[in-house]
Amino acid sequence: MTTDERPGNRADEQVHMAAVDEFLAWGKEHSLFYLLFATACCGIELMQAGGPRYDVDRLGMIPRATPRQADLMIVAGTITHKMAGRVRTLWEQMTEPRWVVSMGSCANSGGPFSKWSYSVLNGIDKYVPVDIYIPGCPPRPEALIDGVMALRERVKRYRTVGERDRTPYIVAGPEAPFGGHCKVPDFTAKKPDGGGGGSA
Amino acid sequence: MSAVANDAIATAVLAQFPAVQQKHADNGRAFLLVPKGDLVAVAHFLRTQKSLRFDALMDLTAYDLLKYPSTPPSDDIAVVYLLFSYQHRHKVTLKVLAPRAECEVATVSGEWPAALYFEREVFDLFGVRFPGHPSLRRIMTPDDWQGHPLRKDYLYPDSYHGVAHLRDGQHFEGSPPRGGDTP
Ligand code: SF4
Repeated sequence: MTTDERPGNRADEQVHMAAVDEFLAWGKEHSLFYLLFATACCGIELMQAGGPRYDVDRLGMIPRATPRQADLMIVAGTITHKMAGRVRTLWEQMTEPRWVVSMGSCANSGGPFSKWSYSVLNGIDKYVPVDIYIPGCPPRPEALIDGVMALRERVKRYRTVGERDRTPYIVAGPEAPFGGHCKVPDFTAKKPDGGGGGSA
Repeated sequence: MSAVANDAIATAVLAQFPAVQQKHADNGRAFLLVPKGDLVAVAHFLRTQKSLRFDALMDLTAYDLLKYPSTPPSDDIAVVYLLFSYQHRHKVTLKVLAPRAECEVATVSGEWPAALYFEREVFDLFGVRFPGHPSLRRIMTPDDWQGHPLRKDYLYPDSYHGVAHLRDGQHFEGSPPRGGDTP
């Protein structure tokens, strides 16, 4: 096998023919810079995902310290009512196209604080539009990477003109390719015995 | 620290301020119950007296006596001061009872500047006002928050800035009552 025949070196893998928009989407897909932002324990898993073992840098994900340079906001952790407005401000400072990943139960729905807390917002999607939801408390870095891969699919389909795909996607949720084991709770259903979930 | 030293501190304070009482908590730890009016004088005495020299305010916190199994039943807010002396390596605890209706305790930030932030926190979460504090604003909750969350009769808000607290259709059995819209 000559050097030119090795995978990755063949001419059709080196030369890309595409419309400009498609080419831009391809570029965006491979350079999702995320905002260096975490509010609670999920942030530790986010840092872990950036560390040498999981190393999201190899997916082209480099943390940016300012929202103006970031494409992706990973909301990692508990968001209080006080913080939510700040998150919204950060999101507004990001340039389009921007994506939001809600990482962990807290950012999805208030998580362990949803029942007994006066100060925790039950779901950041009340303030910013969320593309990908990652369940878990905290989600493992694998789950985060799973979410990022799902997001990359969406970024690949992104076109400058036209409708944006806004359907919420839940990692390991009912429609996920490798999942289906994560049930989306039906909050409206009351328990027949009237018992509260974990109430004292 | 030994109980003897604690008693010595109490004796020194009681000699100056007869209205102060030495009490014991359920776990046996001694504390001084200081009348509201004497607090600043007692604090100054504890800090400046050579044999006591309480130069550090380790913590300033509070708790709500409502629904607390105390005798006689009370609904006061107790403000607690934990003092430490770096020089003598001894500690003392002060408690002041502030009636719920007119919840005011004089500031000790003149003695220990560390009290500035602690008093803001106690004001924010328990609604105790500290006359003499230079800038008594909320510190944890947003500036326009209503109510003081760690009071036991606090009513949880059901929304903040028009954003509902619970998700659509979300329902928890036995959760604390919510109401009183926070504007
Ligand atoms: S979901 Fe769990 S791990 Fe993540 S921020 Fe909330 S409590 Fe922490």
